[in-house]
Amino acid sequence: MAEPRKISFTINGMVRDGQAEPRRLLADFIRDDLGLTGTHIGCEHGVCGACTILFNGAAVRSCLMLAVQAEGADLRTVEGLASADGQLDRLQQAFRDHHALQCGFCTPGMLMAAWDLLRVNPTPTEDEIRTGLSAVLCRCTGYQGIVEAVKAVAGQRHAAR
Amino acid sequence: MKPPAFDYHDPRTIDDAIALLVRHGGEAQLLAGGQSLVPMLNFRLAAPAVLIDLNRIPDLAYIKEDRGQLCFGAMTRQRQVEFSPLVAHRLPLMIEATRLAGHLPTRTRGTVGGSIAHADPAAEYPAIVTALEGEMVVQGAAGKRVIKAADFFRGAFTTAIDPGEILVEIRMPVTPDHSGWAFEEFSRRHGDFAIVETAVMLTFDANRRCRAARVAVSGAGAIPLRMPAVERMIEDSDLSEKIIVEASAQAAELIDPATDLHASAGYRRHLTRVLVRRALTRAAAQARGRN
Ligand code: FES
Ligand code: FES
Repeated sequence: MAEPRKISFTINGMVRDGQAEPRRLLADFIRDDLGLTGTHIGCEHGVCGACTILFNGAAVRSCLMLAVQAEGADLRTVEGLASADGQLDRLQQAFRDHHALQCGFCTPGMLMAAWDLLRVNPTPTEDEIRTGLSAVLCRCTGYQGIVEAVKAVAGQRHAAR
Repeated sequence: MKPPAFDYHDPRTIDDAIALLVRHGGEAQLLAGGQSLVPMLNFRLAAPAVLIDLNRIPDLAYIKEDRGQLCFGAMTRQRQVEFSPLVAHRLPLMIEATRLAGHLPTRTRGTVGGSIAHADPAAEYPAIVTALEGEMVVQGAAGKRVIKAADFFRGAFTTAIDPGEILVEIRMPVTPDHSGWAFEEFSRRHGDFAIVETAVMLTFDANRRCRAARVAVSGAGAIPLRMPAVERMIEDSDLSEKIIVEASAQAAELIDPATDLHASAGYRRHLTRVLVRRALTRAAAQARGRN
């Protein structure tokens, strides 16, 4: 059964169908079959985090999953963060305001990992933010701006409580 | 790189998975959370002809308490453990170790059983089941058998699971009253496998003396090392600073570490002494506080 399998899942709110050989990585399927190239591939072995997406609401490395494993799942990628009219979501806006990206290669992974981090812990300390963001490597920023951006969103939530 | 081609099965029941395993024999590889196996497939260090994916077997994912033990279905996600009120209440040492295992996104997929069956010498869960004398339940065509932690890890990446068997459950005793615990590790980056790590559980009596001690060290050899000689030095003592210093020096003597890319043997010995001392100190303070 190395032949392609039919798969169908929801991604960024839309149902998409396709065919995937079992060996096809979910990251490749998202990028090459669905054309959603916002999700980046850095290392292909689970180390860099650039390929992080939300799988049924929780962050995963999409280079460490097979496309066939997404059958029936609900996925979200960086393309699903901004609203349909292009309005950035709060986290994206904070990244922009705090210069949390330079080349932008790590950014999709950072955003999705930070999104999950803030979901399980809406008001993290700086230490918790740094621990959480250690899931994704950035070769440009030195992390400071990224930490500031996540802190800013967490701060809004502190204030809102 | 990309994985080589393989036949893929995603059975819905344990019995179906075992039947597939029996049918395909040595050709087949089980896929749990995939946080170690998929990188190996991508590197083509693993090239199984058949992949049996356990991710769609709901009966393998649960956490429950049963007769003084906490039982984890082998496919229970590490993330599930991390946020489980039951584990926080009954086996908090497991939560401490879980937070050190990879990162939140890898714990979303990574499983308890996957980590234990993979038996990486530097992984967290093998150290805990060894320290706590946990049990592994494996199931094959002939039924289930229970393997004690001391008999389970046979070498680096090698366990007592027979071909044709699947690890289905991991059991560990719940934390006794008047206990303190600690998991200490040193790694180069957060979320990396540890260079050395230690799991400690101390149980005190009403007179604030240590009634039972469990100490295991990992990363300093091919398999997690339980340390009865160290435990005997601690048991029936008040865990004074002097005893802690002596016991951690003893732990460093007992290991037989290798020199590799990540650390020299001497450095591993040093880390063992420091980490065991820290873990004993923290666990003892906690046990006293809960007395
Ligand atoms: S590409 Fe997936 S973690 Fe690096
Ligand atoms: S902005 Fe370049 S890698 Fe992070």
